[in-house]
Amino acid sequence: MITVENLTKSFQGVNALNGVTLDVEAGTVLGVVGPSGAGKSTLARCVALLERPDSGAIRVDGTDITSLDGSALRAARRQIGVVPQGDSLLRQRTAAGNIALPLESAGVPGPQRRTRVGELLDLVGLTDKATAYPDQLSGGQRQRIAVARALAANPSVLLADEPTSALDPETTGSVLTVLDRARAELGVTVLVVTHDMGVVRKICDDVAVLEQGRVVEHGKVLDLVGDAASRTSSALLPAVDLNPINESSYDRVADVVLVGFAAVGALLPEASHRFGVELNIVGGGLTRLGETPVARFRLGLNGERSDSALEWIGEAGGAVQRSLKGPQGVAA
Amino acid sequence: MRSATPWSDVLSYLVEATGETLYMVGVSTLIATAFGIPVGVWLQLTARGGLRPNPVVHRILSFVTDLGRSMPFIVLLVALTSVTRLIVGGSIGSTAVIVPLAVGAIPFVGRLVQNILSEVHVTVVEAAITTGASTLRIVRSVLIRESLPALINAIGVTVIALIGYSAMAGVIGGGGLGDLAIREGYQRFNDRILWSTVAWLAVLTTVIQLGFTRAARASDRRRHASV
Ligand SMILES: Nc1ncnc2c1ncn2[C@@H]1O[C@H](COP(=O)(O)OP(=O)(O)O)[C@@H](O)[C@H]1O
Ligand SMILES: [Mg+2]
Repeated sequence: MITVENLTKSFQGVNALNGVTLDVEAGTVLGVVGPSGAGKSTLARCVALLERPDSGAIRVDGTDITSLDGSALRAARRQIGVVPQGDSLLRQRTAAGNIALPLESAGVPGPQRRTRVGELLDLVGLTDKATAYPDQLSGGQRQRIAVARALAANPSVLLADEPTSALDPETTGSVLTVLDRARAELGVTVLVVTHDMGVVRKICDDVAVLEQGRVVEHGKVLDLVGDAASRTSSALLPAVDLNPINESSYDRVADVVLVGFAAVGALLPEASHRFGVELNIVGGGLTRLGETPVARFRLGLNGERSDSALEWIGEAGGAVQRSLKGPQGVAA
Repeated sequence: MRSATPWSDVLSYLVEATGETLYMVGVSTLIATAFGIPVGVWLQLTARGGLRPNPVVHRILSFVTDLGRSMPFIVLLVALTSVTRLIVGGSIGSTAVIVPLAVGAIPFVGRLVQNILSEVHVTVVEAAITTGASTLRIVRSVLIRESLPALINAIGVTVIALIGYSAMAGVIGGGGLGDLAIREGYQRFNDRILWSTVAWLAVLTTVIQLGFTRAARASDRRRHASV
């Protein structure tokens, strides 16, 4: 749905983007993460058509949007809903009036406009705030109105730059829920820029890690967590080595990542049973990525067939990340 | 020493002069606003970081605006005599004063308006850009509407300034309160007229100022009105 190819952009000698390539499948949520100054906002602003890249292409639904002008540019902008970084609501307009702005730009007549605004207020759960002015809303409510506005003209793509950066954890949840509903109920493709891995954990299907204007990691979150070397796994999975263990009391020590209900629930007991090994969880824990339970455990194994058990876990879908003790690990 | 002018005469002097002042200032404010707002918008659009940045146009417009603002009104008043005659068909009287008043106030309003519009946060403007809004719509619905309270205040400031400038209208026979105070009061040593006019001017400007402040506040939807 969104394809970014080899995008570069520099500001007075500062290379904000150094050949960024990524894609977002239709109906999925991509999280763009990375340290401050990595180029996240620049990338989002290029896709939002607020900034013209120096080179490269941005395709939305197959069409290159980087070189548009005039009315074609404005039409393309309507296809891309944007929640800008920071406070962006018109303070002199009500919540409903703010949501109506894109509809006015698109020339939607009054009655239809009001119906649509009503639907969006409902989507973001703020029907009772229709006539409130931004100064009468909390930060989280303002941000949900900004999302509703971005969605008003039925865009196929939604961009949000740090939509939760100024919010407390609880309010963050309500904003993320709204982004998630946009994807689930409207089928919108979402690109969310954030420095908060919690956002990736809760709503992202894919993640792209940006560093110094380059994509250093890009893929499905659930795939990347299985790769011990990935930044995503170290940022999202429970730490395994909080309690130092006495490795000498085990024949084998290994870390495994298990994704999904079935794997988390059944794989380890079955391995222990099949191979007749003693299998202890000595570190790590369970977490949730979106709806999916994911575990990273440090295992201590005792028994002759410990290696076979680990190998079997790998074949059955668990990612055996490294054997801390014994022969080098079997990658899944 | 003459006997003091009867109060009833002072009153009728004041009424007539107030009418002239309000006429001169009212019409010139309307004209100055009608032209000054577009000038201010144009200045802001072409400024760096504006919606249509254009350094050349911006610099020329800025130069002309600042030149106009630095021109002493009294000079404008006499310098524009021929232009005034062309427009209003005469070069003396209240109507004739309107031309230099308006011309003098346009760059004044223009700068005020630009400063005010530049205060609208760039995020808010960009959010509107991303909705696919045309420049005209952004100017109207975002820049001007978001600044409305400050703009109303700026018009109030303009009115007060023009009341001040209109005091020089007597030079070309424009009449008005300033002229009354100077010609009938000061120059004829008529303290009663002089001080009555001064007091009335103080009341009038205060009331006008208050009216604009009220209107500005009424138009402001922010909880913490701070303009
Ligand atoms: N308008 C601009 N002018 C100059 N430099 C900019 C501008 N926008 C971004 N940059 C620079 O580009 C780099 C990337 O910035 P940005 O995309 O905002 O990073 P992030 O959103 O990841 O924090 C930074 O070094 C920043 O200083
Ligand atoms: Mg940023």
